[in-house]
Amino acid sequence: MKELKLYLGPNHPGMHGNYSVHMYVDGDTIVRARPMPGMLHRGFEKLMERRYWMNNLALIPRICVPEPDINEMVYSMAIEELSGVEVPERAHWIRMIILELARIANHLMSLGGIGGPVGLYTGPNWGLADRDLILDIFEEITGARIYHMYIVPGGVRKDISEETIEKIQSFLDYLERRLPEYEDLILKNELVIRRTKDKILLPAEVVWELGVTGIGMRSAVGKAYDIRKVDPYARYDQVDFYVPTANYSDGYTRLYFKYLETYQSIKIIRQVIEKMPKKGEVWNKISVGNALRWRVPKGQVYTHVECTRGEYGYYLVSDGEDKPYRVAVRGASYPQGLLGVEKYMPGTRIDDAALWMDTMGVCAPEIDR
Amino acid sequence: MKTPDKSFFAPAKAWKYLTRKPVTIPMDDILTTPREASDRYRGFHVNDWEKCIGCGTCSKICPTDAITMIEFTELPDVEGSKPQRPSIDYGRCSFCGLCVDICTTGSLQMTKEYLHISKDPNSFFFIPTDEGIHLKKEPLGYIRDENSDLLGLEREEMEIDPPEVRKTSFIEMVKGFSKEQAIKEASRCVDCSICEKTCPAHMNIADYIRDIYTNDLETGLKDLYKTNPLPAVCGRMCTHKCETVCSIGHRGEPVAIRWLKRYIVDNVPQEKYSEILNQEIIKKANAKVAIIGAGPAGLSAAYFLSLMGYEITIYEEKNRPGGVLNYGGPSYRLPDNAFEQDVNYIKSLGVKIITNTKVGKDITLEELREKFDVIFASTGFNKGRKLPIEGADHEKVYDSLTILEDMKNYVRGEGPKPYIPKSLVVIGGGNVAMDVARSMLRLQNLENGESEVHVLSLERTFDEMPADEDEIVEGKEEGVNFHPGWGPVKVIVEDGKLKGVLFKKCVEVFDENGRFNPKYDESKTMMVEGDMVVMTVGQAPDYSYLPEDIQNKMTIERGKVKTNEYGQVEGVPWLFAGGDIVNGPDIIHGVADGHRAAQGIDKYIMEEKVI
Repeated sequence: MKELKLYLGPNHPGMHGNYSVHMYVDGDTIVRARPMPGMLHRGFEKLMERRYWMNNLALIPRICVPEPDINEMVYSMAIEELSGVEVPERAHWIRMIILELARIANHLMSLGGIGGPVGLYTGPNWGLADRDLILDIFEEITGARIYHMYIVPGGVRKDISEETIEKIQSFLDYLERRLPEYEDLILKNELVIRRTKDKILLPAEVVWELGVTGIGMRSAVGKAYDIRKVDPYARYDQVDFYVPTANYSDGYTRLYFKYLETYQSIKIIRQVIEKMPKKGEVWNKISVGNALRWRVPKGQVYTHVECTRGEYGYYLVSDGEDKPYRVAVRGASYPQGLLGVEKYMPGTRIDDAALWMDTMGVCAPEIDR
Repeated sequence: MKTPDKSFFAPAKAWKYLTRKPVTIPMDDILTTPREASDRYRGFHVNDWEKCIGCGTCSKICPTDAITMIEFTELPDVEGSKPQRPSIDYGRCSFCGLCVDICTTGSLQMTKEYLHISKDPNSFFFIPTDEGIHLKKEPLGYIRDENSDLLGLEREEMEIDPPEVRKTSFIEMVKGFSKEQAIKEASRCVDCSICEKTCPAHMNIADYIRDIYTNDLETGLKDLYKTNPLPAVCGRMCTHKCETVCSIGHRGEPVAIRWLKRYIVDNVPQEKYSEILNQEIIKKANAKVAIIGAGPAGLSAAYFLSLMGYEITIYEEKNRPGGVLNYGGPSYRLPDNAFEQDVNYIKSLGVKIITNTKVGKDITLEELREKFDVIFASTGFNKGRKLPIEGADHEKVYDSLTILEDMKNYVRGEGPKPYIPKSLVVIGGGNVAMDVARSMLRLQNLENGESEVHVLSLERTFDEMPADEDEIVEGKEEGVNFHPGWGPVKVIVEDGKLKGVLFKKCVEVFDENGRFNPKYDESKTMMVEGDMVVMTVGQAPDYSYLPEDIQNKMTIERGKVKTNEYGQVEGVPWLFAGGDIVNGPDIIHGVADGHRAAQGIDKYIMEEKVI
C-alpha cells in the first residue's frame, strides 16, 4: 500500500478560512487526516484580558468571520448576567432582527457556497449577491457591513428607524420569492445530489461522542436541540418558529436544513417587526462613569446562543475590574472541525474532503480563536 | 430524506435570468463614482481642531491602538487644552466608532467617505482636520447620540443638608461622598489631566482620582501631599478652577474634583498620616526660615521647607493659625477640625508656630532678620475695606473681615456675641458677601427664629455675579434676598441710628474694554432698610511691618508685591513672598506660592552657602 500526503488548505478554494487538513491518501481514499489549525490563531481569549470591557467589542466579531454578531450577542449576554443590567425591551427585539438577518446571510453564503466544492459556480455568486443585500441593511442599521460592533452589553448602540424596517420587510418579500430559485439551482441539482446524498454521513453515535451541536446534531438524532428553543435568549420564547429535525444525516440533509432554516428566520423577523415595541430606550449602560472605567462585578458565567453551526458559548470570569479576567470561547464547530476531521474524515474520498468541511459547518477562525 | 423531483423543463428556466439586471457594480464604476454609503456609515474621520482640546480620550478607548496623539508646537498652549491632536493609522483602525462615541468635546467625527486606494503605505496614516483623508468635505456618517454616548455626563449627587436644617446650623452642610459615590464619581474621569495645568498648585489630580477609582486611598493621600499640604481645606473650599476646565464639562457636568479630594482625606485617619506618607526629612541645610503669617501660603511653604530639612518658625498675629481659613470660611463650609487635620500634620514635621505675635509690633522685622537666614512673608489681604460713601463711618457699618471673624469666634465659643441685626444689608456679590449673609442669617434664625438679609450687587444678573452658583442657589434656599443691579449711594443715619442704605440702579458694570467701570441710572433709586450694613468690597494688604527702607527697595503694584517666579521679592533677595500679597486672594494659589517659594528659598540658601 502506497501512501501519499496531500494538503487541503490553508489556501484552497474548498477550504473554510486559513485552515489546513493534511490528508494521507491511498488511491483516492483518505487513510489518515490531520487537522492543522493555528494559521488563524490571533490569541483572542488572551487579548481580551488586556482590553476594557467595551474595547473587546471591536475584537470579538472577528472570532467568527462569516457570522460575527453571535459573538457580540453572547459576550453581551455574559456581561449582562454578571452585572445584572436590564436590557431595554426594544433592544431585545432589535437584537433578534440582527441575529436572524445574520443567520440568513450565513445560510445563503453556505447554501450557495456548496457550489465551490461541487463545481457549481453560479451558487456562490448568487449567495454572495443576495447576502450583499443584507449587508446593505446592516450598513444602515449599524454603520458597518461585516463587523458591526453593534450589539453591546446592555442593549444595542443605535436605534433602528422605520425606513430600515420597511427595507427589511421588502427584502424578506424578495428573498421569499427568490429562495425557490435556490432550490432549483442547488438542491435539485444533479451535481449536488450526487456528491452529497448518502455521503459524508454523521451517525448519531458520533454526534454524542464528539458533542456536535446545531444542524449536524438535529439532522442526526432527531432532537430539536436549538438554544433558541431549549434556553431562549432575547425574546425567542415569544416568537413562533419550527426547528427541522431528521434521523439521517448525510451532506444533503444538512444542506437542505439550511434552506429550511432560512424560511424560519424570515418568519421570525416578520414576527419581530410586528411584536417589537415601536419606540423606547435601546441601551442601558452596564456600569457608571465612562467606558474606560466600566466595571463588571466579580463572578463567572457561561452564556450560549444558537449560531448557524450550533451552540456558541462564552465562559467569562470577571474579578470585578475594568477588564475580563478570563474568557473562553466555545466555537460551535470545534468538535467536528478538530477531532472530527482526524477521526471521521478517513474513509471518505479526496474530493469529499472539501464537502466534508463544508457540510459539517466548520468555521476555522472559531477553532483557532 | 428524499430529494425533490426536478421538472422536465428545468433547463429552460435558465433563460429567464438573461433579462435580469446584475446586482454587481463594475470595478471601474466604483472607483470613479463610488456607491454612496448609508447615513450611519463609519468611514474616515474628521476632527474639528477648534473644538478639539487634545485630551487624548479617543486614543485611550481605541481598541486597536490606531490613534496616537501628536504634539503641535504651533498650537496655543492654553489652559483647558493640550497642544496635541489625534492621528489615525488606517492600517490598524477597525472603524468601530468608539472614539466618536467617547469624544469629550464632540470634535472627532466620522464621514461617509470610505474609499482609499494607494500604493503608498504612508498615505494610510493621517491627522484628521475638518477635511477628510482626501481633503474633501464629505457628509458626516456615524454620529454620536445620547444613546451611544460613552461618557458619564451626570455628576454624582452630593448629600447636602436641606435648607430648613441649614439655616439654623453651623454644622458642615456638605456631607461628603460615601465610598460608592466616590468611586462612581471617580469613574467619570477620563484621565486626561488637563485640569492639572490649570490648578495653580498643579496637583496630581488624575492620579488621585484613579486612586479613588481603585480604592487605594493611601496612595491617594500620598498623591495629594506631593503638591498640597492642605487637602482637607482645599477639598472643601477651593475655588476649583480644575473643574471649570474639566474635559467632561464640555458636554456634561465636570467631575467633582474638589469633593473627591475631600473624600480621600475624610477617609484616612489622621493618626495614620505619618505612617502612610512616610516622609523622610533629609537633613540638607543648617538654615532657619521665618514665615510671617500662618495662612495657606505660609503653611505650605513651611511644609515643603521642613521636608527639605529647614528649621521653620511661623509667626502668627492671631491666637490660632490659619489666616483666612481661621475666620474666612464659615464653619458650615470649613469646620475647624478639617483645618486642624491639615495643620496637625504640618506641625508633626517639626514646624513651630508662634501665635499671638505680630511682626512689626511684638517682634520687628530686623530682629527676625538677625535670627533667621530667610524670611517668607505671607501676610495676606487681612484688612477689610469699606466704600468711601456718606455714613460709612457709622459703628454699625462693618467691613467683611471684622464681622466674619466676630461671627466665627462666637460660633466657636471663643468670642462675645456680635450684634445681631433685625435686618442686614450686605453690599457686594462675591463669595465673601455670601459668607457674611449666610452666617448672619443663621445667627438671626438662632436668635429670633426669623431672618432678614439683603444682598445687593452691582452685577445685574446672577451669572455676572462673581459668587459661585452653588452659593447663590443655597443662599436663596435659606432665605437670603438678592437684589442684583444696585450700587450704594449713601448710608442713611437718622439721629445716630442706622436706618438703611440708599441704592441707585446700575445699568452697566464693565465698559466695552471689559474694565470695571460701572454706569448708573441716577433717576432710579431704592432704599433698603436695615440696622446693620456689611461692605464686602474686597480686602487690602497691610505692609506696616515692613520698614520703610525695605519697602522702598520693593515694587508694590496695586497692593501686590512683585516677585520672581520663585517668590523672591525683587530688590530684597533674603525676602520671599507669596499668597494674597503676590497673587490676590485664593487659597490654592497660596498653596502653590508656598511650594514655589520653598524651592526658591532652598535654591537661594544653597547658592549662598556655596559662596
